[in-house]
Amino acid sequence: MSAQTWAREFVHRRRRGAELFLLILSLVVGIGGYAAVGLGVDQQVPAGIVGYGGWLAALIIGAHVVVRMVAPYADPVLLPLVAMLNGLGLAVIHRLDLAAGATQNDGYARQQLIWMTIGVILFAITLVSLRDHRIMQRFTYTCGLGAVVLLLLPMLPGIGKSVNGARIWIHVGSMSFQPGEVAKVLLVITFAGYLVLHRDALALAGRRIAGIDLPRGRDLGPILAMWLISLAILVRQSDLGSSLLFFGLFVIMLYIATERRGWIVVGGGLFLGGALVASRFIPHVTARVDIWLHPFDHYQTATGPHSDQLVESMFGMAWGGLLGRGFGNGSPYRISFANSDFIMGAIGEELGLTTVLAVILCYGLIVERGLRTAIICRDDFGKLLAVGLAASFALQVFVVIGGVTRLIPLTGLTTPFLSYGGSSLVANWVIVALLLRVSDHARRPLPDFSFDPGEATTQMVRLPS
Amino acid sequence: MTVMNGGMNRPVRTLSVFFLVLFLALMANATYLQFVKAKDLNDDARNRRVVQAAFSRQRGAILAGKTAVAHSVPSKDQFKFQRVYPKSKEYAPVTGYFSYYSQTGIEHSQNQVLSGDDSRLFVRRLIDLVNNTDPKGGNVELTIDPAVQDAAFNGFKALGDGVEGAAVAIEPSTGRILAMVSTPSFDPNEMADHDVTASTKAYERLLKDPAQPLLNRAIQTTLPPGSTFKLVTAAAAMEDLGMTPDSMVDGRASLKLPQTSHVLHNENNIPCGGDQVTLTRALDRSCNVAFAGVGLKLTDAQLRKQAEKFGFGQTYLTDLSGQATSRFPTTLSPPLRAQSAIGQYEVAATPLQMAMVSSGIANHGVVMTPYVVDRITSSDLDVLDQTNPTELSTAVSPRTAGMLTQMMTSVVDQGTGTPARIPGVQVAGKTGTAQSTAERPPYAWFTGFAPADNPKIAVAVLVESSNTSRDEIAGGALGGPIAKAMMEAVINP
Repeated sequence: MSAQTWAREFVHRRRRGAELFLLILSLVVGIGGYAAVGLGVDQQVPAGIVGYGGWLAALIIGAHVVVRMVAPYADPVLLPLVAMLNGLGLAVIHRLDLAAGATQNDGYARQQLIWMTIGVILFAITLVSLRDHRIMQRFTYTCGLGAVVLLLLPMLPGIGKSVNGARIWIHVGSMSFQPGEVAKVLLVITFAGYLVLHRDALALAGRRIAGIDLPRGRDLGPILAMWLISLAILVRQSDLGSSLLFFGLFVIMLYIATERRGWIVVGGGLFLGGALVASRFIPHVTARVDIWLHPFDHYQTATGPHSDQLVESMFGMAWGGLLGRGFGNGSPYRISFANSDFIMGAIGEELGLTTVLAVILCYGLIVERGLRTAIICRDDFGKLLAVGLAASFALQVFVVIGGVTRLIPLTGLTTPFLSYGGSSLVANWVIVALLLRVSDHARRPLPDFSFDPGEATTQMVRLPS
Repeated sequence: MTVMNGGMNRPVRTLSVFFLVLFLALMANATYLQFVKAKDLNDDARNRRVVQAAFSRQRGAILAGKTAVAHSVPSKDQFKFQRVYPKSKEYAPVTGYFSYYSQTGIEHSQNQVLSGDDSRLFVRRLIDLVNNTDPKGGNVELTIDPAVQDAAFNGFKALGDGVEGAAVAIEPSTGRILAMVSTPSFDPNEMADHDVTASTKAYERLLKDPAQPLLNRAIQTTLPPGSTFKLVTAAAAMEDLGMTPDSMVDGRASLKLPQTSHVLHNENNIPCGGDQVTLTRALDRSCNVAFAGVGLKLTDAQLRKQAEKFGFGQTYLTDLSGQATSRFPTTLSPPLRAQSAIGQYEVAATPLQMAMVSSGIANHGVVMTPYVVDRITSSDLDVLDQTNPTELSTAVSPRTAGMLTQMMTSVVDQGTGTPARIPGVQVAGKTGTAQSTAERPPYAWFTGFAPADNPKIAVAVLVESSNTSRDEIAGGALGGPIAKAMMEAVINP
């Protein structure tokens, strides 16, 4: 009972005031960034700054109020980090809008603000309707089925569409949507639910080879299935990023659940093998690897794969240097899709290495808060869920920023919260809501009498009235 | 409860270390890209951002005296500033051009200063950063004397259209280049056009022009220096053979060269004024036979050594790129040595090199390293750097220099160089008419300095081709007046 004793001794404070203070700082970044874009590009504070700032502030304060009401013990740092990144992303997208000749009312930033609104609304709905994350465990297989269906949707003729070589979009009417982003959340729930049930079987049996506990052959079934699904996504949809993300997530969660490094060895081996074969035999992947190794050989070439996007981004980041050129003084519009996959290139050029490091640090903090939540979480499902969500962030950030800065081959993934893209933004707001829900549970003091902590809190609030 | 809480925490901690490594790798890589590797990437020729920014920036001015010969003025189009060259063609060989795609001349060699990226402008940049003002480039002050430059430019203009040639003036005591003109020239304003298509079109037109207007003939073409090279031969004769202006040399009209049937003639095949004449008279009349004979007495090593002491075979001009190396051929048979001694065969020199020969003689035998950038100043005119004159080499002893000066004065007073005479001032000089092929007119050269007793300016003028008929081409007649005008610009301002 030592753990329970420890939990009694250390009682987490709510820290909602700290969260509000940090949120105000994040608003300074968001609204200040927006004003700086206007000053840098048009030499004046944008006319719509009050409306824009008001909207952003309303969203963020609204999110804070929801957290205060329904998840009072939730981690106080996560929401401000996310709000800061979202605000910064909006400012950078607005800057790129201005370069493309769009105005305040018809640019991507406007669209992104609407997506953010939807995201925050879903964030609130998730927190309000999902009072206990363990309920999700009941829907393990439903979520799994949903994820598979979503992943298969882009393959359907009629609504599926290939964009820039990757078939990961669905189009219904004028709406376009990347189902992979939602599938990511569902998969984490599925993995967590599945592993909670089967962790003992997966963990205990096996044989020891060269100091590493390798799993039994028959337990390899799920990981092999996941590997095949990832490969299928890679081959059929040419979506290198999602494939890596899903497989990586699964291996990590498997390792956490079983505490056996053998899974990492098996998973890593499978991944390396798959990657090697893919880089040899899948033209789309071969081109990506070639561009990664020799970007300058493919810059502005007449034929063959182009590295223009990557090289322009590298030129831009180098040009930005330590402090950046300042909003309006760089040429981030030289990078194609600077507002989505390559937004880090735009940030590096105009805001400099300083901001790039700050942004990476913010992502690192989000991951750290997620893992911290996992460590203090009292139930296995919550633990695995928090680890999975944090890991999805970490992997996605590493894959996309690593790709843009040529640390690893480029893959098509959005930069969470920064990139333009509705599906990604909305899905990530829901992920944060789930993380906050788990952390609220984990940080909440253990009730002395009631078995259900959620019920207990509710009753205590209601009693005085 | 214990199992639940303790379980899975160890791998989560391991995982957090793994993620920490991933994020550190991202940070390290970003730092590598934006800090360590940044300079390499910025220097990549295909990096349009650097040019774009350079185009938009208030680039520093290039000044000759108090006149800006290249400066940036505010512009209303997509770039904030437009590069303007008020004295377009006259200074184009020196300033070069600044186009969207490339730079030449001072615009190229001093790009770091002009763009403001030079380390000497660091403090200025810091101030601009703190004040949040747009960074301004530094200024480059040239050694060019506008009066001398005007004289040379107008001199070529007076020769009419279709002239190809170049002129260089040097201050003998320092090596400061006082004038550098090349004709035909080009208008750098066309290249600086913000309409990139128009600029490219202009560039391609200039590139195709058979007269090669983009070539800076003062430093980038080497041609046979002809009789002006006799100064080098005479110097070697004095240094190595102990000859004096009064030494007697072969004065006949022709000379049968050893080991061949070839016979070398004086110009127009007339004698030099007797079977034996003084070295002074031989130089006055520019007698080929006399100097070929002197050349035969010298070894080819002695001749080459003397030429190299004046700067042949060396690269000395660092302020402008593309300086051609003047050359004296290696290992010569006697007949070729005789040809080389009078500046024919494979001897080839730039106008700058021939100006340095005169300049070395004028400066008591010491050749100064030529330079064209005098001072670097910040945008608010603080002097950041100043070029100090340096010696390139000692070509001849002061005594030899004195004797050569005496002979060169005689050339202008009573020899082939009379067109360069300036009333009341002693001028030293030497003409040259170099044969090339039979199809094209010979090159006319003039080199000299003034005043002979206290030299302030040394010049070299080359006229490659002009509308003057072949008979009339003589170094003195074509190059002399231009050289005279340049020298007068310094002596009688």
